[in-house]
Amino acid sequence: MRARRWALLPAVAVTLLMGCAEPAPTPSPSVTGQEAADAEISGDLVVLAASSLAQVFTDLGAHLEAEHPGLTVTFSFAASSALAAQVVAGAPADVLATANRVTMTQAGDRATDPVVFATNTLTIVTPVGNPAGVTGLADFADPDLRIAVCAVEVPCGAAAMQVFDAAGVTPAVDTYAANVSGALTLARAGEVDAALVYTTDAAAAGGQVTEVPTPQTVAAVNEDLITALQDARNPEAAQAFVDLVTSPAGAEVLRAAGFVVQ
Amino acid sequence: MRETNAVRSAPARRSGRGARRGRRLPPWQLLIPGALGFAFLTLPLIALIAQAPWADLAGTVTSAPVVQALGLSLRTAASATVISVVLGVPLAWLLARGDLPGAGVWRAVVTLPMVLPPVVGGVALLALLGRRGLLGGALEALGITLPFTTAAVVLAQTFVAMPFLVLSVEGALRGMDRRDEQIAATLGASTFYAARRITLPAAAPAIVSGAVLCFARALGEFGATITFAGNFPGTTRTMPIAIYLALEQDQDAAIAMALLLMVICAVVLIALRSRWLGWWRR
Repeated sequence: MRARRWALLPAVAVTLLMGCAEPAPTPSPSVTGQEAADAEISGDLVVLAASSLAQVFTDLGAHLEAEHPGLTVTFSFAASSALAAQVVAGAPADVLATANRVTMTQAGDRATDPVVFATNTLTIVTPVGNPAGVTGLADFADPDLRIAVCAVEVPCGAAAMQVFDAAGVTPAVDTYAANVSGALTLARAGEVDAALVYTTDAAAAGGQVTEVPTPQTVAAVNEDLITALQDARNPEAAQAFVDLVTSPAGAEVLRAAGFVVQ
Repeated sequence: MRETNAVRSAPARRSGRGARRGRRLPPWQLLIPGALGFAFLTLPLIALIAQAPWADLAGTVTSAPVVQALGLSLRTAASATVISVVLGVPLAWLLARGDLPGAGVWRAVVTLPMVLPPVVGGVALLALLGRRGLLGGALEALGITLPFTTAAVVLAQTFVAMPFLVLSVEGALRGMDRRDEQIAATLGASTFYAARRITLPAAAPAIVSGAVLCFARALGEFGATITFAGNFPGTTRTMPIAIYLALEQDQDAAIAMALLLMVICAVVLIALRSRWLGWWRR
């Protein structure tokens, strides 16, 4: 009796493992344009988006969910390059939005026909009240100040390098953040005297940081791109989200957050 | 941590003799799930080896940034291990022999950093030693800043890795025969003398294995380090952080570095294992 009970154990384990596995995606024909708009939009939509898009995309996602009650939108916000790597590795996602063109290109064949929907520039943020008295990019060369910049591997870091190059400033960086949110967090927490982040992140942080306007930062303009992924599991919803972001309504939300929309 | 003692003492020798009498296959009810478990734990590592860009492996792992990150990792992990031994062994002694009220609670608190997400450790260290932290403000007034320094890396690694040493040593002390200590006491030895000359030498193998575990854990530390110490090449960018960043740009390089770190950890652990089984005595 006891032996027989134990004998079931491996079978139970295997059943559990199978249960954990994702059900195979049901193949659905690729739908584009008008057809997509007409199709019934429901199910799950997975959007991978750059950290800098977190606030606006969350708002737009909620908007889309409200329009389509059967739809659940899930976001994963991270550094664009990390998301591109996830897409290449086959992450089950429907939409990809990156903070520059290079990272969109890195996403490979699944990210065809991306469109630019907004642009973004960098700005200096300091802890509230700017206790260290940072006045501009030149202060980033001061070794006595504590400075955070995005790692060059991510779009905001690549843009920061362009800005410093154009301004002829060699920054005395203390830490490289893995993404723009990380850099902003360090300034907000007062752990650094200044950080270079997107204008939009500075705006989203509201009164929690002080922005130091710097005209020189326009030396680097990052384009935000979006695409419905080639093998999206929910192509109708993916297209609907892309359409919303690129629509006049989407542009309004983006502008309100500080993005530049043509 | 208790296996340390069990394996070293009598039962190990008994099973050794049993093995010599002829091996019996384990029951299949245990063999199959056990083998599945083993496969689950090892196949990802095998995949890492299979995916490794063997052609550029040597070039990648000897490139200046990797050598720099690895050097930093080895130095900081070694420092964290030394600190852990100096502070952790007395702590283990207190937990095992100190007759503290509520010893179970103390032990649980000491174990917390082991089970908490390392990022939580980083946040906690910032809360204490960051610029706006409990002590950080005072330290800064004295001209000492810890975040974004190599010292911060060592602190982050020590915080996460020291419990491995403490529990290992504490387990050994607890399982130890106390008669020698009691005899020493009747002969007039002070508690400190007995601890120094009798208890700690007897616990030496557990201290070594605890230190090795602690070193391996410190070498792999990521979350607390990046949260508290940040990321700057040469100062705070350890191997795990370098691997994480490399993934953003060059996956092959990341895999090569991951493989290097895995091999180092494996060598460290195999060295530890041979101590456990007493191979060095034979």
